[in-house]
Amino acid sequence: MNFMASKQPENSLLGPEADSQRTLYPYVTGTSVVALKYKDGILMAADMGGSYGSTLRYKSVERIKPIGKHSLLGASGEISDFQEILRYLDELILYDNMWDDGNSLGPKEVHNYLTRVMYNRRNKFNPLWNSLVLGGVKNGQKYLGTVSMIGVNFEDNHVATGFGNHLARPILRQEWHENLSYEDGVRLLEKCMRVLLYRDRSAINKLQIAKITEEGTTISQPYSLKTYWEFSAFANPAQGAVGTW
Amino acid sequence: MSKSVIEMPPKGGFSFDLCKRNEMLAKKGVSPPSFRKTGTTIVGLIFQDGVILGADTRATEGPIVCDKNCEKIHYMAPNIYCCGAGTAADTEAVTDMVSSQLQLHRYHTGRESRVVTALTLLKRHLFNYQGHVSAALVLGGVDVTGPHLHTIYPHGSTDTLPFATMGSGSLAAMAVFESKYKEGLTRDEGIKLVTEAICSGIFNDLGSGSNVDICVITKGGKEYLRNHLQPNPRTYTSSKGYSFPKKTEVLLTKITPLKEKVEIIEGGDAMEE
Repeated sequence: MNFMASKQPENSLLGPEADSQRTLYPYVTGTSVVALKYKDGILMAADMGGSYGSTLRYKSVERIKPIGKHSLLGASGEISDFQEILRYLDELILYDNMWDDGNSLGPKEVHNYLTRVMYNRRNKFNPLWNSLVLGGVKNGQKYLGTVSMIGVNFEDNHVATGFGNHLARPILRQEWHENLSYEDGVRLLEKCMRVLLYRDRSAINKLQIAKITEEGTTISQPYSLKTYWEFSAFANPAQGAVGTW
Repeated sequence: MSKSVIEMPPKGGFSFDLCKRNEMLAKKGVSPPSFRKTGTTIVGLIFQDGVILGADTRATEGPIVCDKNCEKIHYMAPNIYCCGAGTAADTEAVTDMVSSQLQLHRYHTGRESRVVTALTLLKRHLFNYQGHVSAALVLGGVDVTGPHLHTIYPHGSTDTLPFATMGSGSLAAMAVFESKYKEGLTRDEGIKLVTEAICSGIFNDLGSGSNVDICVITKGGKEYLRNHLQPNPRTYTSSKGYSFPKKTEVLLTKITPLKEKVEIIEGGDAMEE
């Protein structure tokens, strides 16, 4: 007696070849992006690592890119999906420029476009596996927003993706205030990036900080943070308890 | 005919049969009841003269806060205290057990307990149960060899650290420690830093909340500051206060006479034995 009915495929609505076209898991990933509003505009920081699972495959991935005249986009998650998003945005900005009407897409508009793209992809069960941070200044108005891979979007005075949500946001919530100067903003971002460097295993000590103001965009050259490892308890941890580390 | 089943003497140690049953049930889709967890922020740090431990006071049962002001800093010895995160029953039971073992040991040796003793007793017990005793602990104390701070994980591994955080709020608290800790803190600076770290957990983690408990242990003795900070008071309390009537209020009086239901027959037969 054969009680076993033939097994229906789980997603019988899609054919077998459709599976290979959907994003099921990310391969090359970037870790957190942290950004905040300051007096003159937006400051955004991200490290330059692209991890392939647990190996650090790429060490010069630029995860912050300028978009049009008024925005900066930072991404964490799958790097190939980020490159695809850059192509979509390239096309969007190109068409906007072709109108040649003196108007240009501001950060709020780009953020809305990205939200729609991410949400629609998620509805088709084929997400772009990224958490995006979109910041910019247009006509004196500062804007900082974020979109996740399932389409959750909001704007705030300071945002972070990935591990930054758990490690950087508590610091930002406590120490951010209106009208931070440029130096204070960079110091605050570096504080967050240093904690991430200590405690996120996929973070590397090579980061870029990007600034956008009414005048334009500047993305810094890659540099590294100073770290401190000289606590005396780290020197000989087993001193008090043999067999621990 | 002899029985085919041979009587085996009961083996000592933990029987993992129910764990197998639970796994089988989980595969069938039956989810286990949720434990009362202390989804928590617990921290410890070493300062100039000793150790400071800190903890929040919220205990959760799944999505519900079941205890708004529980005590997570447990007594181990006069000079050793232990913060516990994970399943509340496990942290209580394991710290109580090791605390009494330490006392017996003190009577036996005639000396003050050492932190490594508590550490070894705890890690041996937790390793023995292969992580099923879900207790993540921050153990701190001062003994003759100096101040010590250790973290103990449910599977039995330990770390010796200058500052440590555990629990669901550990990342929020660690962010504060990593940016602000330095060596040679004074007592007040240490208490301020621990309070900041616990507050970071309370306000940024949903599993932690309510008040901050602190315990300062030095060579001279210990100071248990229960509810050192209460940053979550009741926002709206009635200004009139509440008053209840002194006696039980009588709302309604209704008397129903009982009807005779039993017929009594004189001189009937005796009952059967």
